[in-house]
Amino acid sequence: MKTILLTLFALTGASVHLEDGSVLRDATVLIENQRIVAVGTDVKLPPGTRKIDASGKTITAGFIDPATTLGLVEISGVAKSNDIDSGGDAVRSAQRADDSYNPHSIVIPIQRAHGVTTVHTAHHGGLLSGSGAVYDLANPDPVRAPASMNASIGGQKESSRGTHIMMLRQALDDAETYSRRKADFERNRVRQFSASRLDLEALQPVLRGEVPLHVHVNRRSDIRTMLKIASSYGIRLVIVGGAEAWQEARALAEAKVPVILNPIENQPASFDAIHSRGDAAAILTNAGVKVAISTFSAHDVRKLRQWAGNAVRAGLTHAHALHAITTHPADILGLPDHGRVKSGAVANLVVWSGDPFEASSKVELLLIRGSVTSLDHRQHRLFQRYRTLPVQR
Amino acid sequence: MRSCRHIALCLLLFGCAGTGTLTPPVTPVPLVPAVAQEPDTLLPALGTAPSSLIINATLLTADDKAPRIERGWIHLREGVIAGMGSGKPPTLNSGTTIYDAKGKFVTPGLVDTHSHLGVYARPGVWAHADGNEMTNPITAGIRAEEAFWPQDPGIQKAVKGGVTTIQVLPGSGNLMGGHGVILKLHPRRSTRAMRFPGAKDSLKMACGENPKRVYGKGRKTMPMSRMGSIYLMRKEWIAARRYKRDWAEWSQNPTTVINGRQVAKTPPKRDLVLDTLSQVLDGDILVHIHCYRADEMLLQLKLAEEFGFKVRSFHHAVEAYKIRDVLAKKNVSVSTWADWWGFKIEAHDAIEQNLALLQDAGAIAILHTDSAEGIQRMNQEAAKAYYAGLHSGIKLTEHQALRWITANAAWALGVEDKVGTLEVGKMADVVVWDKHPFSVYATAQHVFIDGWLRHNADTPSAPWSDFEVGQ
Repeated sequence: MKTILLTLFALTGASVHLEDGSVLRDATVLIENQRIVAVGTDVKLPPGTRKIDASGKTITAGFIDPATTLGLVEISGVAKSNDIDSGGDAVRSAQRADDSYNPHSIVIPIQRAHGVTTVHTAHHGGLLSGSGAVYDLANPDPVRAPASMNASIGGQKESSRGTHIMMLRQALDDAETYSRRKADFERNRVRQFSASRLDLEALQPVLRGEVPLHVHVNRRSDIRTMLKIASSYGIRLVIVGGAEAWQEARALAEAKVPVILNPIENQPASFDAIHSRGDAAAILTNAGVKVAISTFSAHDVRKLRQWAGNAVRAGLTHAHALHAITTHPADILGLPDHGRVKSGAVANLVVWSGDPFEASSKVELLLIRGSVTSLDHRQHRLFQRYRTLPVQR
Repeated sequence: MRSCRHIALCLLLFGCAGTGTLTPPVTPVPLVPAVAQEPDTLLPALGTAPSSLIINATLLTADDKAPRIERGWIHLREGVIAGMGSGKPPTLNSGTTIYDAKGKFVTPGLVDTHSHLGVYARPGVWAHADGNEMTNPITAGIRAEEAFWPQDPGIQKAVKGGVTTIQVLPGSGNLMGGHGVILKLHPRRSTRAMRFPGAKDSLKMACGENPKRVYGKGRKTMPMSRMGSIYLMRKEWIAARRYKRDWAEWSQNPTTVINGRQVAKTPPKRDLVLDTLSQVLDGDILVHIHCYRADEMLLQLKLAEEFGFKVRSFHHAVEAYKIRDVLAKKNVSVSTWADWWGFKIEAHDAIEQNLALLQDAGAIAILHTDSAEGIQRMNQEAAKAYYAGLHSGIKLTEHQALRWITANAAWALGVEDKVGTLEVGKMADVVVWDKHPFSVYATAQHVFIDGWLRHNADTPSAPWSDFEVGQ
């Protein structure tokens, strides 16, 4: 991966989308090392600042997909390259996404080329699938890990949802008991727990409210159940998927529980999602719920901008849709210096040829932590190789 | 249809007209017409569509003769495009509804060559999984039409996305999966009533990973390898050629002389798989092959040469760009996505410029969806593939890209003389968009199918599917 490291430089003349939803015309963004140090129309450039002309372009914060499996899978159908779902025990909370994440995956640059600079990635498939991690897509080390604990509630093939929810309560209950009686546990003086020591350990930051519980859940009743469980254990809850969350918009707003959704999921795809609708993002936003948009994927993270555009098509304002892939996921993931173009923020920036949601626009320049990051990737290489036939080998 | 009609005709001739000379008379074989194109005889027909006039629109016709008409008008009458032009629209009688489309865009109804709507209906439960008869790798005789659920909530969603014609295909678990069917997306009680009048059926075939996964990996039965797949296909084509010859011989000479008496010969045994394949060999069923890899598409083209059938469209075909010169020369269309990839190793070499490169090489490029989500935004998907090409320096026009979801798709289904462009005399399948359809913000405002207004964004409509009532 090619990166160009500049220590002090400025992007000039662009329309800059700011944190408050406004757009600053003909603005300058000054970057020093990995941070934005100034944004405005009258920024004084220190001597030696290298200027990059971005006139007529649009600058946004790098996009953040808050619910991916990026880096955990190379090819979905090739089992040994797919680490998303380990199978096995329903409770596998000790699993860590940062143990599985492959920063050298060829899938990553392909997503980056469409303006995504940061993702949250996590394992799936269990009742408790482990902790998620946040990555800036040019760095091998996580920005934050653990960034979440990931759970899944809903209709079950082999058992009932009631059993599943009971198992979740039991795991949380055991984790609480374990934390109070660690010494007894070490001396074998406690009853048997439903999960292993490491699984119970992994739940401690969740019970302390330090790490949010991301629950993949769609049905309205399950969302209500999760609100109750979260409140009784003092857990910070994030609803992921949330096909029917719009029906509980008021309760979610009151509890300050954010929702990560995909606005293109508008069909009764399952019995957990009978009331899916395309304008859910707009309904939730209007009710005061913090909404973030996700592709829920690895290979399709690059579609994030298209899905944001579809949220606008379904009634969300452009500014809110941009928030839903920048500031909101940053807030949900606890990254106040990500996802915004402001002084002091991490310089994850995208220079676009036009409206980032339109397919007619393209990424002209990508900065991750202040470094100009290559837009090259394997698909592009294949294109170049086959640009003229026959291929010269 | 040809061979089948021929056989039926022979039976009729010898069964009735020949009774004087034949003892005993030939008993007519109970023939199921293999391509049953008759309209639904149980349900009433739709009747005469109303007269509608759309005015002040930019017409994106997908027709090479006049791709873009400014200040355009288009008149839909009795289910067809009765007139269209630029400037002052004609004065029509009071029975015509006028739609002012100032600032809006009109395109032909979109056509999806690859849909599993109805055969994998919503909600996605086991009971709705009717698209893959994975009990035998060769099930060419089965028909998607006979599994399609006209109550799938996904149908109305597709119409709201501007889609008016779809090809519903069996899945790709089998090598020869069965008949696809071409449907008009009217809300009807039977699938037969939705059939595109006069459209040929198709045969869905599949190569690559899926059949060998289902049979070899799943059950340790053939095919376990690509070798096994081609072997089974070749075996079946050989049988079909023989079957066709047997029927031809019998129909030319259905009697024999025994002891000086002319007696009827027993006709060959009817076989629904071989019925289908012999119609493919006659060109009466169009071949659509699920195939990702370039080398496998070339293998299928060799097989087609060997047995004398034509491949109408390769589906998914993420590596089509590698053999675009061959595909262009052979006039084989490619139905593919804008950017699906990575879900299996045969989808590993997908590139965003696939459609653009195919177009550039003069091949017949088609954007298909294979998805109840994608079918709701075919316009966006075409836009993505179009701009991916432009951004990479490939010369393309908007008109060419619009044809990926209209005229070219109609060609692949053999209905290009009836739909796919805005032309006088074609079926009145017309979409009015509030913005240019290649904008992510564009929404279909009005969707006409055969002149019937099936979606109107201005007035909320009741759900078509009973499943959505009272939920």
